[in-house]
Formats: sequence, structure tokens, C-alpha cells
Amino acid sequence: MSDKLTVSMTINGHTYTADCEPRLTLADFIRHGCGLTGTHLGCEQGVCGACTIIVDGRTVRACLVLAVQADGSTITTVEGLARGDELNPLQEAFWANHGLQCGFCTPGMLMSATEFLKANPEPTAEEVRECLSGNLCRCTGYDSIVKSVLDAAQKLRA
Amino acid sequence: MKPPPVKYARAGDVQEAIALLTEHGSDAKVLAGGQSLIPLMNFRLARPSILIDINRVRELDYVREDNGTLAIGAMTRQRDVETSSVAAASVPLLPEVLRHVGHITNRNRGTVGGSLAHADPAAELPALVTGLGGELVVQGPNGVRTIPAEDFFMSTFTTALEPDEVLIGVRLPRLPGGTGVAVEELARRHGDFAIVAAMAAVHLAPDRSVDLVRLAVSGVDSVPVRLHAAEDALTGGRPSAEAIEAAAATVADAIHPADDVHAPASYRRDMAQLLVKRVAKAALERSETKS
Repeated sequence: MSDKLTVSMTINGHTYTADCEPRLTLADFIRHGCGLTGTHLGCEQGVCGACTIIVDGRTVRACLVLAVQADGSTITTVEGLARGDELNPLQEAFWANHGLQCGFCTPGMLMSATEFLKANPEPTAEEVRECLSGNLCRCTGYDSIVKSVLDAAQKLRA
Repeated sequence: MKPPPVKYARAGDVQEAIALLTEHGSDAKVLAGGQSLIPLMNFRLARPSILIDINRVRELDYVREDNGTLAIGAMTRQRDVETSSVAAASVPLLPEVLRHVGHITNRNRGTVGGSLAHADPAAELPALVTGLGGELVVQGPNGVRTIPAEDFFMSTFTTALEPDEVLIGVRLPRLPGGTGVAVEELARRHGDFAIVAAMAAVHLAPDRSVDLVRLAVSGVDSVPVRLHAAEDALTGGRPSAEAIEAAAATVADAIHPADDVHAPASYRRDMAQLLVKRVAKAALERSETKS
């Protein structure tokens, strides 16, 4: 069988070190190795976007990266967005605009939108839709999600 | 599902990657952005014995002008090419095409070389490189060789790469200033695999006659197809609806679409013809004569 490798990475400001098999995905490492279960796993084939996280400043599908590849990386997961009990403006906007129903897709939506709003502080609804086209919501809440991101953009500009 | 057990080696440079490939043979797989390979492993459709990770091979991450060509390193992330002003100035078709490759998050990780070496016949980048007459640069134990795109793509998921070779980069001829470009893609949703994709680049001479046409389609054969006959039908004359019709009429003979769960072959053939008309028309409209 495959030998285990030691990996170490910074997630939401904390350092995590563990021995893992090469085949362990970063998503499973984060959920099972680090206990950060806010990152959700839907399709495990890079389609649904639920496992979207930010690695070294860019969003990635955590199901399509191996934990060993992320050795030395700096990562933000959905748990890294709020300040304690205080939601950040994007999370607040999702809450205020009914941007979630069951909440399964929400962590991925939030991480995609976080990266997107940094580069596009004044997006159109069309641009928000394109940004979120890689995040599937099965509660059919897209309208509210788009509204949430636009609302967050406006609050962040103010 | 989860990937099957696999060994892992990280290459620090191209030489190391080639040495690892030579050592492990055809059971080894080069891991670039992983946007296709890891899903295939998760489905257990690919079971390499070892992954040779080239993500930290910095020398393969570049976009630069080089002697009338645009040179892109194999490990350059698709998103970096999409947002590169050098790429946009040199080959304006690139950013247009890349917008159709998966979603931003896939392109943040997915690489130019990975898409080309994977050789999915529905993929956009192989069609672009084929259509523009690009060249693939590969390196093996015996050195570097250059392969024209039309010889590189051999069949579905099959390229001219030898098991001990690594794709290190691609070179695209620079498009002259004023070239109009267009991409049309038929997919169920934005970012999905193309059922059919078509792309065009057109340049007009000062007398407004067409002096450069590049046309390519994907999703309609076992390899991406450059439409030479359609290019010839458009080249030389003034742009006209008749010339576009004549070009589109050559498409059916140039492609070999297959039936699958997404669409029957006859539909793909019709759509290829339609999309070629649209991209030719749009690229002509966008081309500007420059004296």
C-alpha cells in the first residue's frame, strides 16, 4: 500500500500537521483530519462546488486537490469567514436575503463569492450568475443567492 | 467516490519529472491541475500506480511573446492565461475561449498543458491550438521536440506524447492586429462540457478582402478539427453571406461526430455547421481593417 506522507498547512490561521495517504483528498483532510466540517462534499468530481475553499488566495475544488499537494499552503474555509459569532458582510447578506434554504451548497457559494467580490466590487447580476455557475443549489434558491451577493457587494462598497 | 490507492512523487523540475516517468513507465501519470485526472481516479476509471506531481515546477509557468509567437508554459493556470494582457494582445481568441472552460474555480487550478495532454475531443483548448496551427513542445530523455497540433491529437484521450515525455509548453502564432475572433458553444449549462464548440479568427486586408481565416470545432470527432476547406472558402474574397454559406457547406465532410447520451451525430453535425456560420459572421464583424 501507499506510504503515508507528512503534510502541514495553515487553515484559518491554525497550523495542522498530519500523516496521510497520497490518495486522501484535501476535502477529506479538512473534514476528517482537521474536524472542519463546514466544507461540504457533494459530487466528488468537481461539478457541484460545495467543497470550494480558498488556497493561497484562489478558490479551488477541495475534492480535486490531494492533501499532499497542499503541503505548505495557506487555506481559508467557510469557518474562517466569521469573526467569532459575528457574521461577515457576505454571510450577513445571505442571511438577510434568504440566500440559503438547506444550506448544503452555502459554504461553496460563500467561498466563490468571496474571491469574486474581491476582484469585482461592483458586479452585475449577470456576472454574479456566471461566477456562481460552478456552484449547484438544489433548493432552487439562485435568485436569492444572486440577490445576497449583490447586496453584500453594495454593503462592502459603502 | 475516493481515488484508489496511489503513490505520489513531487517533481522539482522537468528533468526530475522525466526521470520519474522513465523509472515508473506507463503506470505513472503526470498530475498537473487535476481537474480531469482526479475525477477519473475518483470514478476509478484511471488507476495509475504513481502520480508525478509537476505543480511545483515553476519553470513551466509563463505566458510570453517569443519571436512572433505566444509561448505558454504547460503548468500555467488557465485563469492566469484568461486574465493575461500579453495573451489577450497576442491571441485575443484565448480569453474568449477560456471563459468556456469549466468555471472560474476549475480554471484557477486547471492548466493549459493538462487540458492539452488530456485531449478530450470536446475540450476547447485543444481545438484552439489546432485551429490556430499551434505547436506542442514536449521533452523526454532524449531532449525536446516540437509537434504540430494536428499531429499531436491522435484520438480520444490519445496524443503523440510518449510515456516518458512531458508536455512542457505550447506555441501559438500571434494573430495580426485587428483580427476579429468569436467563440460559440452549445452546452446544457455554462461551463459544462461542449456538445459542439466552434471558434473563428478572421483578418481583413486593407482592401477589405479576407486574408486570414482560422476555423476549428470540437465535440464532433475523436480529435479537435481545423476546418481547412471552410477556411479556404472564406479566404481571398470580400466577406459575404454567400461565402459564409459556402464555408459552412464544407463542414459536414470534415467531421465525424458520434452518437452519445448528450446528442445524436446528426444533431452535432447540424449544430457544427450552424455554429461555424455564427462564429465566421461574428469574427468578420469584429475584424477591423488597419492601414
